Amino acid sequence: MDEQAVLITGMTATSEWLVVLPLVLALMGSAFLLVLRRAKGAPALAAMLVVIGIIACEIALIGQILRGGPVSMTMGGWLPPFGISFTADLMGAGFALAAAIVTLLVLIYAEAERAGEGARDGFHALVLLLLGGVTGSFLTGDLFNLYVWFEVMLIASFGLLVLGGKPLQLDAAVKYGFLNIMAASFFLLALGLLNGLLGTLNMADIIGKAPGANPAAMTAVAALLMLAFAIKGAAFPVNNWLPASYHAPPAAVSALLGGLLTKVGVFALLRTMIVLLPGSYGLLQPLLAAAAIGSLLLGPLGAIAETNLRRAIGFMLIGGIGAVLAGIAMPTPDGIAGAGLYILHAIFTLTALYLVAGIIEQRTGHADTRQMGGLYAASSPLSLLFLLLVLAIAGVPPLLGFWPKLLLLQASTAGMGTTIDPWRLLLTLALLGNAVLTLIAGTRIWAHVFWRGGWEGEGSEYQEAPLVAVPRNAGLLTFGASGALVLMIVVAGLWPNPLLEAARIGVADMIDPERYIAAVELAGERQ
Amino acid sequence: MDFFLAILVSIFVGCGVYLLLSQSVIRMLLGLTVLGNGINLLIFTAGRLTREVAPIVPAGLYTPAGPIANPLPQALILTAIVISFAMFSFLLVLAFRAYQTLDADNTNTMRLAEPPDAPQPPLSY
Repeated sequence: MDEQAVLITGMTATSEWLVVLPLVLALMGSAFLLVLRRAKGAPALAAMLVVIGIIACEIALIGQILRGGPVSMTMGGWLPPFGISFTADLMGAGFALAAAIVTLLVLIYAEAERAGEGARDGFHALVLLLLGGVTGSFLTGDLFNLYVWFEVMLIASFGLLVLGGKPLQLDAAVKYGFLNIMAASFFLLALGLLNGLLGTLNMADIIGKAPGANPAAMTAVAALLMLAFAIKGAAFPVNNWLPASYHAPPAAVSALLGGLLTKVGVFALLRTMIVLLPGSYGLLQPLLAAAAIGSLLLGPLGAIAETNLRRAIGFMLIGGIGAVLAGIAMPTPDGIAGAGLYILHAIFTLTALYLVAGIIEQRTGHADTRQMGGLYAASSPLSLLFLLLVLAIAGVPPLLGFWPKLLLLQASTAGMGTTIDPWRLLLTLALLGNAVLTLIAGTRIWAHVFWRGGWEGEGSEYQEAPLVAVPRNAGLLTFGASGALVLMIVVAGLWPNPLLEAARIGVADMIDPERYIAAVELAGERQ
Repeated sequence: MDFFLAILVSIFVGCGVYLLLSQSVIRMLLGLTVLGNGINLLIFTAGRLTREVAPIVPAGLYTPAGPIANPLPQALILTAIVISFAMFSFLLVLAFRAYQTLDADNTNTMRLAEPPDAPQPPLSY
């Protein structure tokens, strides 16, 4: 064996650095901000600048992927699978960009929410660390590396969750912490078995080697991975940690966690099931479909029964996870494109919904919808934002949420005229039921919070609900940040063609990962 | 040898899961640690046990002279140990802080985030 076969001899192309640059920026920025946390005024601005830099890198990265297919970079001079690769395909890079945009807006929102608190508690450093973990999970090309990014994300989210130290937050963090570390342990368990079976953890290498391994053992590995990612993504029946924890921290943190973390979990599920182990998940497909149907229906039903505003949103989030699982359970191009677009839609919509819920809680001074009311008279633009988001999450046509649902329904009804597959029929019904139930849950919250004159209770319909006055500047910042997100959802819904086209390209690379493998340049396959 | 280690792994994981099912936070913490150690042992065993020499390539050669032990599982375990230690420390502090603030080390009495007397769903539309 000669040196050429296993070592990278030339310089890394400048363009390939783009794959890791967002991570370098996020992690270095986080460390830098930890040092800067006592400086007055600087940390928030510095954090926003770093995120803007990350967004610029990711736009350039997406441009390059569109021109020449997936981009890969390998560390340490060893060719993959010996060196650790970062491989960005269109879907991963697109979600990373969405995560960075959302983080920027949440940072702006947090400035108003945390007025006067400064940065001494390390909030900005933790947000950048979280973004680093999320970006790393989207861009990595190695499964063990994915585990490490999951843990980075986890430790940052622990920090954000307990920041402030209110009893409610500590209670929530205990549940969140144990369940998520357990999920990570299952992931590690699956990785140990996979490494024993295939001798590699590089994603491109796994695609090539998985078909040759013992199919029973591979199915066990796929099932373990599915369990781990389902816990991460809060899919039915392992969803109960989410409504128990996501309403505890301040709204900005809720928005970050709700918008990004569960999506990383389901994206990892999408990638492992569809791209890495497509041969091993046949047995698991009914299980996935059942989990999808359970999440689709029980999520919004939970939201209907709930009186706490942000807990209700947490249940709606679970319904959305069901939609992504439905796409994974129907691995046709339409189904996968629907799942991918739904993840994108959920990143924006859930973040915006939590942010708007934060504004509502700030104005009413309560977290429970029974003690809310009369907000329509006080702020009709706010009611418009909330209503648009409810319509978007239910999938009403002119908004972004409609297009992924349409793709999913196309996938589930394809060929329905000739043969009827019971699972697909059930998935179709569940998808439609989810839309109706989410609409009921969301519009009822809207009616209670905005239309009802005052608190719930006897005669209260006619009494004025007390509202908290919010300083003008803070109000403008929070409203602007969530308004910008809603604007993106509306615009993307009105002109969906670029997104649909991007989804088509991304899905083609997932179903036939030839370009993905070629980009990684595995040892022995060059020349 | 692999066989006995596999049994040991199953004992570790079984104990870990049993402890995790407990209501006491401290027991759950111990369960997580035992589970983590079981998984590390599994990575080690799944990477094939060989009584070979350390994986060092002699000077002047590109490949090792004879058979060597597989170094990859050890690198993976090292990473996993560091991470699980950090997570364990965090959870330990969190459990202590929760005990101080909530006066509860039992998950049955930790009901702030999900109140046991949850209100009935609203009936109005």
